[in-house]
Amino acid sequence: MAEKITLGKALNHGLRRALENDPKVVIMGEDVGKLGGVFRITDGLQKDFGEDRVIDTPLAEAGIVGTAVGLAIRGYRPVCEIQFDGFVFPAYNQIVAQVAKMFYRSKGKVRVPMVIRIPFGGGIGAVEHHSESPEAYFAHTPGLKVVTCSNPADAYTMIQQAIASDDPVVFFEPKRRYWEKGEVDLDAPLSGAYPLHAARVVRSGTDATLLAYGPMVRVALDAAAAAAEDGRNLEVIDLRTLSPMDHPAIFESVKRTGRAVVVHEAPGNLGLGAELAARITEECFYSLEAPVLRVTGYDIPYPAARVEEDYLPDLDRLLDAVDRSFGW
Amino acid sequence: MAKGERKAGAVPPSGGGADAPAGGFVQLLTPDGEHLGSVTTADGTTYSVDFTDEEYRGLYRDLVTVRRLDAEATALQRQGELGLWASLLGQEAAQVGSGRALRPQDMAFPTYREHGVLYCRGIDPIMPFGLFRGVDQGGWDANEHKFNSYTIVIGSQTLHATGYAMGVTMDGKTGSPDGEAVIAYFGDGATSQGEVNESFVWSGVFNAPIVFFCQNNQYAISEPLERQTRIPLYNRAAGYGFPGIRIDGNDVLASYAVTRAALDNARNGQGPTLIEAYTYRMGAHTSSDDPTRYRIASEVESWKAKDPIARVKAFLAKQKLADDDFFGEVDEAAKQLALDLRERVLAMPDPQPVTMFDHVYPSGSPELDEQRAAFTEYHASFEGSGH
Ligand SMILES: Cc1ncc(C[n+]2csc(CCOP(=O)(O)OP(=O)(O)O)c2C)c(N)n1
Repeated sequence: MAEKITLGKALNHGLRRALENDPKVVIMGEDVGKLGGVFRITDGLQKDFGEDRVIDTPLAEAGIVGTAVGLAIRGYRPVCEIQFDGFVFPAYNQIVAQVAKMFYRSKGKVRVPMVIRIPFGGGIGAVEHHSESPEAYFAHTPGLKVVTCSNPADAYTMIQQAIASDDPVVFFEPKRRYWEKGEVDLDAPLSGAYPLHAARVVRSGTDATLLAYGPMVRVALDAAAAAAEDGRNLEVIDLRTLSPMDHPAIFESVKRTGRAVVVHEAPGNLGLGAELAARITEECFYSLEAPVLRVTGYDIPYPAARVEEDYLPDLDRLLDAVDRSFGW
Repeated sequence: MAKGERKAGAVPPSGGGADAPAGGFVQLLTPDGEHLGSVTTADGTTYSVDFTDEEYRGLYRDLVTVRRLDAEATALQRQGELGLWASLLGQEAAQVGSGRALRPQDMAFPTYREHGVLYCRGIDPIMPFGLFRGVDQGGWDANEHKFNSYTIVIGSQTLHATGYAMGVTMDGKTGSPDGEAVIAYFGDGATSQGEVNESFVWSGVFNAPIVFFCQNNQYAISEPLERQTRIPLYNRAAGYGFPGIRIDGNDVLASYAVTRAALDNARNGQGPTLIEAYTYRMGAHTSSDDPTRYRIASEVESWKAKDPIARVKAFLAKQKLADDDFFGEVDEAAKQLALDLRERVLAMPDPQPVTMFDHVYPSGSPELDEQRAAFTEYHASFEGSGH
């Protein structure tokens, strides 16, 4: 039965279902137990599944991820919560040097099926280290699957798919969308769900392709709606999987529309937009009516909250880029 | 003692001989080959071994074999057959003693130097050669052999061991004499790493069935112990709430006895122990290193007198447990194994280049499939062109 729930609640339901379906799934992190996580994503789970399944850990990120590696080798499916984007770096070594490479190193004999959940991105007026978009660091590391959801329905299924996957998954949650509501069918079988590794056209159009993920999908949809009033029919693709990326879906769209604009919160320099621009240029050169444009955060540390609205890509900056694309 | 009642903190060692560091260590076999029978530490724990004559001889055989394999590897590296080698010379007793104390069900997490433990786990000794020759990155089955991949990034594996040990508890495999235990190996340098300290915190908090086995070989490449710590390393355990104990790392009997006791405590539900095996790395850090730049010859000489193998040999001879025929046979067998290994290493084929695309993701990646196909096509285009 479909219900209208928030993205945060959808994640909570998804985690609950994963815990129910597989006794090997364990959740671990700082404050995930009694408190239910600082965003309450794990709310009530420890109460229902016990302290051995929902583990309040010491305060050390390398420890959370490193012990999860050991648990995964032992046959468990740990789901680690990193409290905020800016605090993942103490665990960075474990993620890129160990999690990503166990399977390769062991010639496929050791799997570490684990999920590292990271609330990411800005727009909630937080202090330093609470609004960052570190996805490119992880997407640059082979062996990791990096995904992000943008709406409650996807949040619900993608978290379950990530946990069920034998790939280690870095799961970015768009924290400023935690409170946005959408229809979620809580009874839908996972087997019929849209695949984790696929991008999705969330609005079809013919004149240009907007490429977005996580928190920026909403901005892209708003921009497409606004552009429609000017008679421009924009397609919006939610990338969903950042690495490996679903390039065929992207190329298909851009070849059809002839224009592409990428939007993300992370700094533009060497970011996912740069990668996409290069790929699209290589693959769709003869279909392009304009260069691939990027709308991104600036190449600065995430700024103070009082000016973050000026930092974050918004409707106007995106529409501006669309105008530029059409002006070519 | 009841579950969890073990006193946390440093266990004052038993003293040891004139060769002991300040504060002493647990020693059962002196450098002269005198068997001390048993020792009782200040906390009242008695350590001893209960070997048959045959088992004593077996230990000697292990020590000689791993030293010979290591020497062969060093030679192969010098001849350009290995890119690098991390020698265990001098650390045989620490590795064989602790390695033989493991039961089949126990899981070990090594660094890159634990060829002796690997040997004790019954793994084909050729396994690490793939890594050092550059034909793979390890590739043995950690779960089958209960011996995880080598870990090059210092300290990381102690967390993996801790998590694995937590899993042992969650599986209900502790709290009985037949339970499982986990051992994590690392060096003195590693004790400075955050991750090792985190693994101590975690293991203490979750009462994980784990033994931390630190081979204090006195150096982290060129950095001496004083650059890592102001206190004896085994004392660190006290701060995390579990016992720490120092052993004579060149004494295979002490290594065996103390590790076995610590593993038994772990499997019985009594939580972690830190063992500091006080030893010395006789060779270079790795084949890339020049130890004459940072340590003096007399120091190396003084450690030669504490050789882990010579003392077992002296003991066996004194006790008439073995004669020259036996020693000769052991040497010969070790040599044969080494020569056999050499042959196999030289015959190790380079991997097919295209296999570098394998095993990146358990569920595969269309992206990579494309790159693999392009790679194959590109290389095929040279075929027959004399390229
Ligand atoms: C995180 C990290 N930093 C640096 C190195 C380079 N390195 C390799 S071995 C080593 C020294 C390790 O010393 P120790 O832990 O005492 O172990 P040992 O090699 O003496 O057995 C260093 C610095 C590394 N492998 N990993």
